[in-house]
Amino acid sequence: MALEINDLCVNCWACEPLCPNKAIYSASPHFEIDPDKCTECAGDFADAQCAAICPIEGAIVDELGDALNPPGSLTGIPLQLLMEAAGALEGTAAKVSSS
Amino acid sequence: MELPVISNTAESGGGGCSSHSCGSTADQLNQIPDEILQKVFNHPCYSEDAHHHFARMHVAVAPACNIQCNYCNRKYDCANESRPGVVSELLTPDQAAKKTLVVASEIPQMSVLGIAGPGDPLANPERTFATFQMLSEHAPDIKLCVSTNGLMLPQSVDEIAKHNIDHVTITINCVDPDVGAKIYPWIFWNNKRIKGREGAAILIEQQQKGLEACIAKGVLVKVNSVMIPGVNDEHLKEVSRVVKSKGAFLHNVMPLIAEAEHGTYYGLTGQRGPTQDELQALQDACAGDMNMMRHCRQCRADAVGLLGEDRGAEFTLDKIAEYELDLEGAAARRAEVRDRIAAELEEKRNAKAAAPAPKLVALDMSGLATKEALRPVKMAVATSGGGVINQHFGHAKEFLVYEASEKGVRFLGHRKTDLYCSGGDTCGDADTTLQQTVKTLEGCEVVLCSKIGYEPWGMLEEAGIAPNGEHAMEGIEDAVMAVYAEMAAAGKLVAPVEAPAQSAA
Ligand code: SF4
Ligand code: SF4
Ligand code: SF4
Repeated sequence: MALEINDLCVNCWACEPLCPNKAIYSASPHFEIDPDKCTECAGDFADAQCAAICPIEGAIVDELGDALNPPGSLTGIPLQLLMEAAGALEGTAAKVSSS
Repeated sequence: MELPVISNTAESGGGGCSSHSCGSTADQLNQIPDEILQKVFNHPCYSEDAHHHFARMHVAVAPACNIQCNYCNRKYDCANESRPGVVSELLTPDQAAKKTLVVASEIPQMSVLGIAGPGDPLANPERTFATFQMLSEHAPDIKLCVSTNGLMLPQSVDEIAKHNIDHVTITINCVDPDVGAKIYPWIFWNNKRIKGREGAAILIEQQQKGLEACIAKGVLVKVNSVMIPGVNDEHLKEVSRVVKSKGAFLHNVMPLIAEAEHGTYYGLTGQRGPTQDELQALQDACAGDMNMMRHCRQCRADAVGLLGEDRGAEFTLDKIAEYELDLEGAAARRAEVRDRIAAELEEKRNAKAAAPAPKLVALDMSGLATKEALRPVKMAVATSGGGVINQHFGHAKEFLVYEASEKGVRFLGHRKTDLYCSGGDTCGDADTTLQQTVKTLEGCEVVLCSKIGYEPWGMLEEAGIAPNGEHAMEGIEDAVMAVYAEMAAAGKLVAPVEAPAQSAA
């Protein structure tokens, strides 16, 4: 039973001091959770602390890979707009590589 | 016909700061108690006079944040404190303290160190206060200031007072949770993420408590607000009343900057920022009686140098690590510079006080054929300081905007431009950037500068802005008033510009 941080993490340090088990550590290219130490905060807090403060949707996932904060859940940005924004980014990337 | 310029003694309050180049008329400054005036006197962010002479820097030691603002994307720095889309290099408290000491050795004008992010400094109390601790120890002459969203302020006030931090900036966008719910989607509070109105209500309560606690401890508080049209624009007048009645000494309204490419809620949902005119109207309504903070430039969180310049690139981590500090020597150099500047400013003030013609001038209307009221006119001025028109249009990184009316000349604020010509090979984009510059001058009818090129001249005229290089090296207020008098004499000021002209036949 452990959470995981993925490459969406922006290294903002918000989660690190909150972990009751000191499971979170600064690493490159992004923060990591030590799976042996993480208890998903069971017994300490009602909510997993790292996921309760992390500002980045999708950066913290459970063992199944499901985001604790799925897209749109924190910012309130409608999914349609999020997808368009992501698409616009991909579009530029494609343009650059094809030229 | 000559329009005589008469003095308006009723408004010159005497004493205090009578310098109009600092952008505040005497009566405006007289509302601020002397002890606070003393405190802000050397502060480059607060005083137009000081910002040409003293330098400030920010260090980025505080990455975490405990709330979400709809205009912020946490991939970048705190949008309350810098322009959106900026990423500062994160420093450890040791690195930050060393960097500050190095800069203060190299730039003896250094007088203020601020911590403003990249997240919320009080959400990172250990890192923030460790930095302050080291600086109070090694360079006690440097003023410290800290900016915060306010959520953890009540808990931090004792620590703030201990480190002798005399300036706290709180970003307060609302005092009504219903408005707050449209600005803050969540906060982190008591080990939980709290969304919507409930979260906003807690944040507002904490901000107000923190403000009161700071005032009670004698800590100077400035309030920043972000103007979000249709969300809190009208409401900010209420915010202004509340925070000033509780003792905030300045309320500074900044424009929302929202672009889709920043990836923020407001950016992606198409929330617009205010126009220059809307911003100025609100600043007038909120801060009309104390306008020093119109000098705020929304600098980035790791900025180094005088306002409007950033010398951060000179101070790389390698250079800082190798640098041999001579703390006493540096402190002595700073003291020397401070004394010299203080003497210069004092001399300037005395000279102004002694000048026979008071600076606040008004028009004598008796010579005019018409009795109709003259409409006010906004004019932009290119200056590199000293209260005179002394900058080439193309070299101006910002323009000072003044309003001339029958009552006199009033400083309104700054408008930043990006330099359209740096004289080098960047001139390729001249057209578009020049167009941008012209756009930032929206609402102004005249631009006063020392010189101006042929091309911008034409573009300004096309945009209905009259370029004017005839008052080079003259005092700003006198020149603005002279141009206003010319316009009045030419009959350009009788009808309000917006109102449709009545048939004169
Ligand atoms: S879920 Fe709790 S225990 Fe696990 S890493 Fe996050 S804060 Fe630490
Ligand atoms: S709070 Fe989220 S984004 Fe910030 S360091 Fe932790 S995992 Fe990364
Ligand atoms: S307080 Fe600053 S860092 Fe935090 S969400 Fe708001 S703008 Fe971003």
